[in-house]
Amino acid sequence: MNPPLLSVRDLRRTYRSRAGLFGSGLVTRAVDGVSFEMTAGETLGLVGESGSGKSTTGRLVMGLEEPDGGNVVFAGTDLTAMTPAQRKPFRRRMQIVFQDPYAALNPRMRVGDFVAEPLLVHDVGGGAAERRDRVAELFRTVGLDPAFMQRFPHEFSGGQRQRVGIARAIALQPEFLVADEPITALDVSIQAQIVNLFQDLQERLGLALLFIAHDLSMVRYLCTRVAVMLRGRIVEAGPVEAVFADARHPYTRALLSAVPIPDPVRERGRKRLPFDAGGYTFPPGAALRDLGSGHLVLDGA
Amino acid sequence: MLEISDLSVGFSREGRFARVIPGLSYSLRRGETLGIVGESGSGKSVHALALLGLLPQPPGKVLGGQAIFRGEDLLTVPEARLRELRGGQIGVVFQDPMTALNPVLTVGRQIAEPLMRHKGMTRRQALDRATDLLALVGIRDAARRLSQFPHEFSGGMRQRVMIAIAISCEPALLIADEPTTALDVTVQGQILDLMAELRERLGMTMIWITHDMGVVAGIADTIQVMYAGRTMERGPVEAVFASPRSAYTWGLLQSLPHGARPPGGRLHQIPGQPPDMFNLPPGDPFAPRNPFATERCHVEAPPLRQVEGSVPGHLAAAWYDLPALLERAR
Repeated sequence: MNPPLLSVRDLRRTYRSRAGLFGSGLVTRAVDGVSFEMTAGETLGLVGESGSGKSTTGRLVMGLEEPDGGNVVFAGTDLTAMTPAQRKPFRRRMQIVFQDPYAALNPRMRVGDFVAEPLLVHDVGGGAAERRDRVAELFRTVGLDPAFMQRFPHEFSGGQRQRVGIARAIALQPEFLVADEPITALDVSIQAQIVNLFQDLQERLGLALLFIAHDLSMVRYLCTRVAVMLRGRIVEAGPVEAVFADARHPYTRALLSAVPIPDPVRERGRKRLPFDAGGYTFPPGAALRDLGSGHLVLDGA
Repeated sequence: MLEISDLSVGFSREGRFARVIPGLSYSLRRGETLGIVGESGSGKSVHALALLGLLPQPPGKVLGGQAIFRGEDLLTVPEARLRELRGGQIGVVFQDPMTALNPVLTVGRQIAEPLMRHKGMTRRQALDRATDLLALVGIRDAARRLSQFPHEFSGGMRQRVMIAIAISCEPALLIADEPTTALDVTVQGQILDLMAELRERLGMTMIWITHDMGVVAGIADTIQVMYAGRTMERGPVEAVFASPRSAYTWGLLQSLPHGARPPGGRLHQIPGQPPDMFNLPPGDPFAPRNPFATERCHVEAPPLRQVEGSVPGHLAAAWYDLPALLERAR
């Protein structure tokens, strides 16, 4: 077996809300002991609903937030033990794409400069002329006309802005990309374009992709493995088809049963399975158990 | 129940003007649920705002047309009458409940007020009814939560509060614009089940605006697919999903993932970008993105008309014969 490119071990992150007038504030375990591995070029889907901790997990892996516990090991190196300066060479190899491409773009910066910025920061891409050529090439890679380099973000549609965000993310030729709800804000007719782009990039650049999403049909389509999060913990994980065809955790089942099917006949015959996510208590000492061939489920389910 | 004819809406921006809805007509039977599907610039939300008298004017402007609801033209009735209808006979739910709820009033008061205004209830009666309504939309511990403010509710719970307000006066017509888009899929499921149940019980007529073909497949009797302010296709959901006649409807359905990806597979993608309403092409506005477009599509806008050989009421605006073209391409 290939050594993992990324190994996340027992990652934890707790938020304390400011103490109120009475009482000592609330403690939320946003990420509560998350572990998973990814090999080079692999696509892992991280799914779950709001408050599940899936986005926080992505940010912790990227070092955008500091964990309270656990490790992020990338290419054999424990990043959590490092200073920001020590981490810098690794940041080139790990990039992130966000949900709202507009919020990520500086409105007063030409999009060509925005894509070129990481090249400058990491001092790669040579002189100005070389850098311009590299940015033009990146624009073509993500399906944008290099003539658009001189334009400003407001001149672009949502799908085009997401392409700009992706061009910037791949500028340093990373091996690993986190995509945090990258198609949620896009029009339906544009979502397929962006998903296809991710696949093209994976094939051409050998990118490993952590695809954080709530659209389960898209995860099933795009990813090879999936991990389902509930209130900061992974409750089920495994090869996509094993999990989708034979979900074992009641939360996974409820989630899958709630996805609307774009077919009136099948959609009307479907029964949604109830699950009280807020009221659910994890069995004490529950751990992920392997059902075989990498299909893991939190036991007690 | 509702008869819209030739509704026309314009928008101005930076000294430029666009007819964002050039002339929309449709009607709704009592008890019918209409699912309107469209993307940015489709006019699906703008037309709802125009019907409800909530279109920001300027930059928007209703240029003409009629919208007859139970004998009254919503586009010309006095503002006071429209306010009376909204929240009374017409319930409204929008995507973002935080902007629609008043942050400084308790949730109980916001549900009770329309009941006192439209149904002549006393404060006590209205608050009792508000408790029932919160329970009905699946909010636990309803009596206690009446005294809470909107910020004390989660997003999903606020959306349920909005729905409770919208149905409080048992409206004849409910207009819901992306009411579940911001919600988690399990909460969306609960709300869709609730709406189906309410429709049965109250005989409510609904306009459900969404971009989600799966939601429409489940909730709607009739689907209306809009693009660039026009209806591209409309008809009973079964007929439209089984055999779409507009290349746009077909493209939307094709672009959705079905199951696992075959090795080397790619999703069907609609090329190009959503329409720029200030710079629309001549003819069929979808033609530049349509691989099946004929020469005529690029110069002349097709009328919306009955599809030959399909069920009555299946309408499409297309110069081309999509099933024949798909057959040939196969």
